[in-house]
Amino acid sequence: MATAYDITTKQAEPEQEGSVPVVVVENLHKTFGRHKVLNGISLGVSRGETLAVLGRSGTGKSVLLRLIIGLDTPDSGSVCIQGQAIAGLALDRMGEIRKKMGFLFQQAALYDSLTVAGNVGFPLEHHRRDMSKSERSERVRQLLAEVGMENDLEMMPSDISGGMQKRVGLARALALEPEILLLDEPTAGLDPISSGEIDDLILKLQSERQMASIVVTHDLHSAKTIAGRLALLNEGDVVIEGTFEDLQQSDIGFVKEFLQQS
Amino acid sequence: MPSVASSATRLFNGFFEWFGSLGIFSWQVLRAAVTPPYEWRELIRQLDEVGSKSLPLVAMAGAAIGVIISLEARYSLSRFGAKSMFPATLVYSVIQVMGPVITGLVVSGRVGAGMGAELASMKVTEQIDAIEASAINPYRLLAATRILACILMLPLLTLATDACALLTGWFAQALVEPLSFHQFIESGFSGATFNAFLPQTFKTTVYGLIIGLIACFQGMRTRGGAAGVGRAATNSVVLASLFLILADVVLVKFILVFFP
Repeated sequence: MATAYDITTKQAEPEQEGSVPVVVVENLHKTFGRHKVLNGISLGVSRGETLAVLGRSGTGKSVLLRLIIGLDTPDSGSVCIQGQAIAGLALDRMGEIRKKMGFLFQQAALYDSLTVAGNVGFPLEHHRRDMSKSERSERVRQLLAEVGMENDLEMMPSDISGGMQKRVGLARALALEPEILLLDEPTAGLDPISSGEIDDLILKLQSERQMASIVVTHDLHSAKTIAGRLALLNEGDVVIEGTFEDLQQSDIGFVKEFLQQS
Repeated sequence: MPSVASSATRLFNGFFEWFGSLGIFSWQVLRAAVTPPYEWRELIRQLDEVGSKSLPLVAMAGAAIGVIISLEARYSLSRFGAKSMFPATLVYSVIQVMGPVITGLVVSGRVGAGMGAELASMKVTEQIDAIEASAINPYRLLAATRILACILMLPLLTLATDACALLTGWFAQALVEPLSFHQFIESGFSGATFNAFLPQTFKTTVYGLIIGLIACFQGMRTRGGAAGVGRAATNSVVLASLFLILADVVLVKFILVFFP
């Protein structure tokens, strides 16, 4: 099995400091009721690198992202963001770390009482009080232009399609110029064309911004396109981690089955 | 029977778990409320939501209560030959008892259900998680502002209820027997001290705290989709109204002891 940090990505080569992982997950365990979701998972992602976390539904992929951003607490194990362990941090201290992270939720989780522009401007209003209103509006317009939504500023989330909501969610996740990007099923529920557009968008953003990204998906094609490294989960743990080629060459039964069915 | 015993244990545990969670939630809200940055804009929005938008409702409730008390008081006082006591009876009944409680219950119904459902809906659609993921403290932005708005607005809404009740109470009486408004107010408030009215009005800040706290707590801990949202709204109203009445028992005794 390939190790966590020595695999060359297919994207732009991470910068020198990129060899130091900015997100490190070690021996994470999480149980909901009697259902053990994560069973000692360990992962790491460096700057400029994209890791795709694959697996069947219910294997704890989304839970892993929620633990990384601190929305849930692990039963045991640790999550370190840029060398800082997040366990037990107060909400405001955790907020300082979250400012460096962008999160795209599976259902986009847009604020339904705000317009598209309001959603993207929301983090800026709270964290960039040094910016004038016009500067914020301009920044929102730029962010929405990056995701191809610059003509829908005043639309309400309920009036746009699922793919558009994902784009807006992505623009919102990028608002504070994060160093770490967490994407939960960015192409789930989208048609192949929209999925391809989202994949292209993520690749473009990655090459421009050199963020450390973790993409949770069950879409193998999407994972292959956007990520240099893939981790396949089963029963709460990583079965294999490496490039797509590593997965193809694996003799592990579950890996073979997953690749055949995808 | 073991099943009865286990049910009772579950109920008992659930009861204490609920109060424990409420205590932790209250502490988180308090800590968020007193530390900067302060969410002034959201607070103003909530003051409008709780205050201005509840005003017509409490005014109507007050108007109805005024007429009811007027009718009942006139009939009862006439039986005992104490019709001259009508203005004072109406004023004291409205300001000391009915105004605060009716305002609390009406606001509990409108605002409690609204807040509970709104926050529950945000919870189940991960909007609260999105706020947290955006490095914004949801206890400060969502809960502290709403609770503070309830605390600040309840006394003002109570004054509005009282004013409407006194106005319609006088009007209902004046239709039967000539009584000028000036005469009614002068007679009703004669000998009244601040202690007679102010504590009764300001006790509604506690009602506001109860309504805001219960609604935010129920909303922000919701699980289970649309059914969960419905449950949160219902529980917010039921629990807030119940705790409000229970709190009134303690507050009335407290006021009688400290503001005789």
